[in-house]
Parts: sequence; structure tokens; C-alpha cells
Amino acid sequence: MSAIVNYDEVEVGTELPAQSFPVTRATLVQYAGASGDFNPIHWNEAFATSVGLPDVIAHGMFTMAEAVRVVTDWVVDPGAVVEYGVRFTKPVVVPNDESGARIEVSGKVAAKLDDRRVRVDLVATSAGQKVLGMSRAVVQLA
Amino acid sequence: MPLDPAFVGRTYPPTPAYEVGREKIREFAEAVRDANPAYTDRDAAKALGHPDVVAPPTFPFVITYRAAAQVVQDPELGLDYSRVVHGDQRFVYTRPVRAGDRLSVTCVIDSIKSLAGNEVLTVRGEVADESGEHVVTSYMTLVARAAEGE
Repeated sequence: MSAIVNYDEVEVGTELPAQSFPVTRATLVQYAGASGDFNPIHWNEAFATSVGLPDVIAHGMFTMAEAVRVVTDWVVDPGAVVEYGVRFTKPVVVPNDESGARIEVSGKVAAKLDDRRVRVDLVATSAGQKVLGMSRAVVQLA
Repeated sequence: MPLDPAFVGRTYPPTPAYEVGREKIREFAEAVRDANPAYTDRDAAKALGHPDVVAPPTFPFVITYRAAAQVVQDPELGLDYSRVVHGDQRFVYTRPVRAGDRLSVTCVIDSIKSLAGNEVLTVRGEVADESGEHVVTSYMTLVARAAEGE
């Protein structure tokens, strides 16, 4: 496992490059197929609204997958992620149009740990709402 | 009906091996629009020290989610899956999943709590490779919302 980011060059508060990830209905259909999660709340508007949702929502695991890209794009080696957890606080609502929704993710180094590891705290929002809570990754640096 | 805390610690039999294919990893990486070459290009993965292409960090859920069906459909536990939402998810990795892995999952009920009428169930999935070595542990917390009128 080799990260390109050096532990000694990172401080608490170091910001990772923020990113914005688009998500449309087509994205959700593709993710459903790749992940095997075919819950209709992620592709069927009539079903989603019948169970009290405002519209079709993204898979929480899709949002989790996008958020960690801020970390893996930073360290380059995905194997540098030694721990990653999130809480699903609010759904990402995906309207049936070409632009869909966006997931905005930022991250910063929250703690320097032993063994040249750091904890990165991520913030993920969509339409101005925080969609993940307690979103944290422990990363092995060089 | 509330879940019985006596089920905490219940361990389910290891699942049959799931063989991780290189094209399955590519399909998943494309679905999350992640162009990191370590997921699709063996040479790029090798340059990072991996024997073959690796899977994105959330890929193990594809395997642990299937395995957790044993728990959520356990008739003795009696979880009402129609009221369940995914509350929390966490992974602790020994190494990334990679192409060629044959992975088995052992599910354990880690905790059962009742919070404001909601049932909160944490299922731990221990993922091991063919030689029995630990690869990743998944902690999936499910929240079963209180039924109306309860």
C-alpha cells in the first residue's frame, strides 16, 4: 500500500481538494445493476412517493462511494484507506431530468494518528442539505 | 414486536465463496464513475504494490449485503424488513478486495437497541479470503422504524 501523500507534510486542518459528483436517474439504474440493490425507491417514482419519499432517492451506498473519492483521489492508492464509515442522515433526491442532483464533498485532516495514519473528516451535501454524518476515513500515508 | 436482545452474538454460517472478477470490479467502478486506474489497469495496480486490480472501498458491501440476507430474513429474529432503512455503514480493512479473491462472509449480530420506538440492529460481516485471512469487516446498522400505532 503506497500513498503519495507524506504524513510529515500534512497538518490537522489540511484540506483535501473538494469535488462535486453528478447523479441522474441513469446513474442510479447503472448503480443498481452493478451493486445488486434493486430497491424501487432508487428508480421508481410512484413507488418512492407511495412510501413517503419526496421523489426517487440515490442509494446511500452510492453517496458513500462518491464521498470517499475525495480521499482516494488525494492519496491515489485506494488501498491506503484502512477504515471508512458514514451515517446516512438525509436522502439525495434525484429528479427525473437530465441534470439530476449533485453531491458536493469536501474533506479535511481532522487528526494525526499513530503509524503515519490520519483521520479525514468528510462533509457531503446535496441541495444544501448535509446527506452524510460522521463521515470519516482513516488513511495510511507514506 | 421489538427484537429480542438475546440474539446479540448470534453467528451465522460462513457464506459460499464469492469470486471477485476483474470485469465485475470494472463494472462497479464505472457505475460510481471512478476512473482510478487501480480498479481497471493491472499494471497501475501493480505499480501501487497490489498483485491485481483492486476494488473501490465500498465494493465489499455488494458481498456483505447479500450475506446479511441470512440475518434480515432469519424467521426467529423476526425483523420487519419493510420498515428498515440503512442507518450507518462502516468498513475496517486489512487490505483492499482484489480480482481473483474468493471471499466468504461470516455474519454476526453485534447489537440490538431500541431507540425512541425504533429498533436498531448492527450486523457485522467478517470477510475472509480462501486461506482464511481477514480482508475487511463491514458494520451495517439497520433501523426499523416503529410501526404506526405502536
